[in-house]
Amino acid sequence: MTAWQTPMNERADFDLIASWVKPGERVLDLGCGDGSLLKRLIGERGAHGYGIEYEDASVLAAIMNGINVIQGDLEQGLAGFDDGTFNHVVLSRTLQTVRHTERLLAEMLRVGKEAVVSFPNFAYWKNRQAVLKGRMPVSEDLPYEWFDTPNLRFFTLLDFESLCTKMQLVIRERQVLDEAGRLVVTRPNLLGSLAVYRLGR
Amino acid sequence: MDIGIVSARHAHFAEPLTLKGGSLLPAFDLVYETYGELNAAKSNAILVCHALSGHHHVAGHYAGQPDNLGWWDNIVGPGRPLDTERFFVVGVNNLGGCHGSTGPASLNPTTGKPWGADFPVVTVEDWVAAQARLADHLGIDAWAAVIGGSLGGMQALQWTLSFPERVRHSLVIASSAKLSAENIAFNDVARQAILGDPDFHGGDYYAHDVRPLRGLRLARMLGHITYLSDDQMAEKFGRRQRPGAGSYSFDVEFEIESYLRHQGDKFAGLFDANTYLRMTKALDYFDPALAYDGNLAAALARARAGFLVISFTTDWRFSSQRSREMVHALVHNGQAVAYAEIDSPYGHDSFLMEDTQYHAVVAAYLRRIIL
Repeated sequence: MTAWQTPMNERADFDLIASWVKPGERVLDLGCGDGSLLKRLIGERGAHGYGIEYEDASVLAAIMNGINVIQGDLEQGLAGFDDGTFNHVVLSRTLQTVRHTERLLAEMLRVGKEAVVSFPNFAYWKNRQAVLKGRMPVSEDLPYEWFDTPNLRFFTLLDFESLCTKMQLVIRERQVLDEAGRLVVTRPNLLGSLAVYRLGR
Repeated sequence: MDIGIVSARHAHFAEPLTLKGGSLLPAFDLVYETYGELNAAKSNAILVCHALSGHHHVAGHYAGQPDNLGWWDNIVGPGRPLDTERFFVVGVNNLGGCHGSTGPASLNPTTGKPWGADFPVVTVEDWVAAQARLADHLGIDAWAAVIGGSLGGMQALQWTLSFPERVRHSLVIASSAKLSAENIAFNDVARQAILGDPDFHGGDYYAHDVRPLRGLRLARMLGHITYLSDDQMAEKFGRRQRPGAGSYSFDVEFEIESYLRHQGDKFAGLFDANTYLRMTKALDYFDPALAYDGNLAAALARARAGFLVISFTTDWRFSSQRSREMVHALVHNGQAVAYAEIDSPYGHDSFLMEDTQYHAVVAAYLRRIIL
């Protein structure tokens, strides 16, 4: 799940998520990679964190980082985790790599009181421009060529919000960032490269 | 690096030990080995718990016996995951064993004869209680870590429950918080093979100067099948036949038959049937959740240790699902746990093999322990 290259604006994504976590809260980070986000949430926010990671190298790196990492495949869902165990279940820049999208979102809101989801916005103006020029977009938040991308699904803010409506998920907060990690306020589906949502039931 | 020449030591415990089954051992001996140096703070000790057929000789070799390597030599030594430059590693033969600790073949002080059938059935809890006496003897208040695979993993888990303050980390590998019905079934077939051997004499075969070798051999052959994976057996043996096969007789014809018989013979020559019976019983009985209406999370709640749980993808005797159950119970409680699922072809025996990812995970976890 974490085969992506680390984008330059990774911090901005993490900054937002960190600001939403209160001391002592329990966080589950899906596709936690080497545990950078969790390390930060634990160190800066006093959170109590676990991560799920599939790749061997990342599991090893997370253990080196002292993270409570659990090796597993998100496509299998979150079976075994009890309902309502976590305050936040985070899926950072990973939803677009998941095949069973609806099931995973439902699982996140089963084991967690809140789901935090970030993903690259396919409707970002540079991506639109690339497609208009006849090429698949390669950008800060979509850093892959079409032939080597781990991303399975390409969607926009509007697409995602329409799925939330269909699944009856409540959007508690939405923040949209440009490629430099700055907050985008106007015309987010055009000017936003990365979207970060807080969802509830 | 190899640890080099090692030697075994004995410790005598004169205080009686009350066993979980209710009987009382008036006194007992444990045989053990140590590797590396105990630091001044006595904070760098790791206990290695053995599985069904293991013992105290974990690493290195004895003087003049360079081929008699410890059973987990590949993971213990200078620069190895259980780094003896940093840790003081202890291997111990469990109570009821047949490698020097008090067991069914030892002399019963009240009769002056081997215990035989009278040696009580010992449990994982009893082993941990006896190991705690050894920790006292060595001056170790708390282990930096207790580690074990299979039945050894059950001891690593039980330590965190019997003595929550005396174990800082528990490494539970290819193990389970309880056996499945299938596992108990395999164990009982193994026991029936021994109990039905005419040389068993109700467990008092020492007096008859015989040993139930046929039963023990069968038990080991059966056990060995369950430690391997189907793929590995197919690759290693397939349907390959021995020279002269195809004679329509019951001689050894397939390579797998030859291999299993060899393993059975080798084991039966070295191991004591009474110990085998008791080891399998300890496996069957282990179930810390039993006293909590089967609620494993409730059972594990009193543990204070950090956990590393490891399973292997082709292990069907102690499947990954059993490990995940422990992990989920610990997560439910908010306890510290890391879990690695190692892609290895060697079935249950994978925990004894040298695998890059597996050993790297153990090394990384142990390296982060502050001494």
